[in-house]
Amino acid sequence: MNRLRVITIAVLLMFLCIGLCMAEDKMIQIKGSDTLINVVQKLAEIYMAQKPGANISVTGGGSGTGVAALVNNKCDIANSSRSIKSSEVEQANNKGIDPKRVVVAIDGLSIIVNAANPIDKLTVDQIGKIYRGEVKNWNELGGADSPVSLYGRQSNSGTYDFMKEVVMKGEYSSSLKSMNGNAQIVEAIKQDASGIGYVGVGYVKDATGIKVLNVAVTPGMGYFSPLNEMDVKNGHYPITRPLNQYMNGVPKGMARDFIIFELSKEGQDIVEKEGFFAVPAEYQRYNNDTLGIKGEVGESPVAKYSAQGRDGN
Amino acid sequence: MKIKRFREVLGFNILRLCVWAVIFILIVILYDIISKGAGVINWKFLTQAPKNGMTEGGIFPAIVGTFAVTVITALLSIPLGMGCAIYLNEYAKDGVMMRIIRMAIRNLSGVPSIVYGLFGVILFVQMANLGTSILSAGLTLGLMTLPWTITASEEALKNVPKSYREGALALGATKWQAIRTNVLPYAVSGMLTGTILGLSRAAGETAPILFTGAAFFLPHLPKSLLSQFMALPYHLYIMSTQHQAISKVRPIAYGTALVLIALIFVMNISAVVLRYRLRKVKTE
Amino acid sequence: MGKHNNLKENFIHGLFFLNGLLVVVLLVGIFALLVAKSVPAFKDISIREFLFSASWNPTATFVSPSYGIKSMLVSTLFVSIGALVIAIPIGIGSAAYLSDVADRRTREIVKPVIEILAGIPSVVIGFLGIVLVGPMIARIFHIPNGLNALNGSILLAVMALPTIISMSEDALNSVPKSFEEASLALGATKWQTLISIKIPAALSGIIAASMLGMGRAIGETMTVLMATGCAIAMPKSFLQSVQTMTSTIAIELGEVPYDTTHYYALFGIGLVLFIITFVVNMIADIALHRYQRVIK
Repeated sequence: MNRLRVITIAVLLMFLCIGLCMAEDKMIQIKGSDTLINVVQKLAEIYMAQKPGANISVTGGGSGTGVAALVNNKCDIANSSRSIKSSEVEQANNKGIDPKRVVVAIDGLSIIVNAANPIDKLTVDQIGKIYRGEVKNWNELGGADSPVSLYGRQSNSGTYDFMKEVVMKGEYSSSLKSMNGNAQIVEAIKQDASGIGYVGVGYVKDATGIKVLNVAVTPGMGYFSPLNEMDVKNGHYPITRPLNQYMNGVPKGMARDFIIFELSKEGQDIVEKEGFFAVPAEYQRYNNDTLGIKGEVGESPVAKYSAQGRDGN
Repeated sequence: MKIKRFREVLGFNILRLCVWAVIFILIVILYDIISKGAGVINWKFLTQAPKNGMTEGGIFPAIVGTFAVTVITALLSIPLGMGCAIYLNEYAKDGVMMRIIRMAIRNLSGVPSIVYGLFGVILFVQMANLGTSILSAGLTLGLMTLPWTITASEEALKNVPKSYREGALALGATKWQAIRTNVLPYAVSGMLTGTILGLSRAAGETAPILFTGAAFFLPHLPKSLLSQFMALPYHLYIMSTQHQAISKVRPIAYGTALVLIALIFVMNISAVVLRYRLRKVKTE
Repeated sequence: MGKHNNLKENFIHGLFFLNGLLVVVLLVGIFALLVAKSVPAFKDISIREFLFSASWNPTATFVSPSYGIKSMLVSTLFVSIGALVIAIPIGIGSAAYLSDVADRRTREIVKPVIEILAGIPSVVIGFLGIVLVGPMIARIFHIPNGLNALNGSILLAVMALPTIISMSEDALNSVPKSFEEASLALGATKWQTLISIKIPAALSGIIAASMLGMGRAIGETMTVLMATGCAIAMPKSFLQSVQTMTSTIAIELGEVPYDTTHYYALFGIGLVLFIITFVVNMIADIALHRYQRVIK
């Protein structure tokens, strides 16, 4: 009798397990850039509040993690603060994945130092020298006599790559302290009087105890701040970059609807509120092309096309 | 003589200092976490999902995730661990095979948790195609806890007097009957106690679930065993290193740490209580 | 009936045998999988470069990618040995106190303390490394950032302590009473007996305890990941940020596309880690066996 009961329970449990396994889990998986996670999570929260039944998970881990997940078919949207590498496109294509890009925000990558550091501007070349380990002491740049302590991100970060490819044009010094995220860099710089770090502009907006440096391509071309919207948008600030999302093919259904929401006026307002900058006209055109939307630039794609987007699925 | 005596007193005091140091360490750890974590813990914190970019709200999904994974861990680890212990203690004869198995168990318990993580990624996430999921993570942790479960179960089996088995065998019972009726009922409480202690360690592990299913943030509770999940230890990790506003969410991190420690503590206590109660039932 | 029973018995026996065999299969399986997944890495990397080059930069674009694990290997040993230097004296001291000096009540208080300490998850210890130990180190040494090798060593010492204490205590307790009695009868004090009779007699047990503690420290991931600052440079001092082998796997495995050299190289690190901990555990095992033989 007893045994019968045990067996019955075991069988029921098994069915329960199988049932649970079979249950469909429809969810948009977004993964990647730590720079973007803040904004995208906020966007997802507001989107989900508006659309009951929408289910979006947002995970960080860095742009590399996001792109790798896309290549390995482990997510629907990859957030990336760098553009996808040709090697990654090749790997993706080999697995039957066709990466498509939209630009969701603009970032002025901010170079930050401790508030007590007398230095308040650097050229791109100087930043490169610092991070390549060629400038080892602040006094070489006219600062105090103290060794530079380098803070950066881990190699899975798009910002790490962007710095390397675009700003430094060389490899990092091996004394770079790799932090897990933007906020951890800000925290470290607050405490480290001789530290230097780089973070997305969304992370410096409200931060205290740090100083955002003005950056110039060459001293003659003038120094600009990433906090100034116009200077970032028109490209005067030299380390401006688009923040991207990659999908496998042109997105359909819920994913498409969400992306259109992100690019709408409402979505872009959220982007600005989080400290990044809205997507300018040229990228809007690019996005519309990717999504197959033939719209006027500057118009909210949502008002005009969301109905079509939803019918299409 | 006096010098000798002085030396002894001095020596013993140094040793006492060592013990005090250990106690001090634990007090510092618990004090820091309880004093800074207790403030954020309330009903909402325990029953709500994170909100507003994880700067507000609670940790409910992480509690559920950790619970779900631990159940899977138990389902894999308990039967296999007990079976292995029964083989070693009841069936196996001293010999090469036994020595090899014992050596394997000892070495498995020394394999770094991140290596189990690597193993889980290949075996469960990729080869078994379970993806990053509760199932993958639970099974990975299940394998990791196996050596602990085996050791604990064997300990319990060893405590059952030999005469119990012999009595049953003398009455004509087969080996399995003897084990089932005269050994397991007496060993099961000890087995469960040891196993729960192992499970509580699994519940606090982070490295093996990093790549097998833990997620940064999920809006809803996991719907199936093939969903990703939030877990308390992973949540603490990202809240303290990766979150977009670390200093702002520090209280939440402390709260998470406190809940995690409390959970492990409760599991340990319940193991002790369980042992006590089962023992009482038996003697009655 | 008898035959049926026999068949059933054999079947059950077989089942349990297979179950017992499972752990061997698991251990061999882990090893085989690590080997299988790291071998492809060596199509592109020479084993020599992998083990003896200090330059790890798999994502390099301006120079060719490099896959040398020497600096993280050294970092791992650095941090673990640092941990042992802290944990062994305290651990053995506590064990000796518990086995030889403490009365029953003290033992009953300290036992659960050690158990609770052993139960604290590594991620919590790592968290305390960030919020508690890091700032403390920064203040004491007047350095800007306390996330360094010393921090890792302190935390790992805390994690290794319970293992070292309870195993050393067992070792001391199982030294035959006759040794102790003989020494005391010859007029030695309890302290002298402890230092010159009991500890030497229990030495291999204590070594085994320390080795197991070391194995745990080498394989620990979360604490070092969170508390050591993660700079890939070769460690020169304890106040420098370091990145261990476990941290590297934890940081980079999530980012790599499957089946690339970088991916395989990470499994290579896993394999090295597996072999090191295997050897350390074997040494502990041998020490323990010798000890048990001596005591018998």
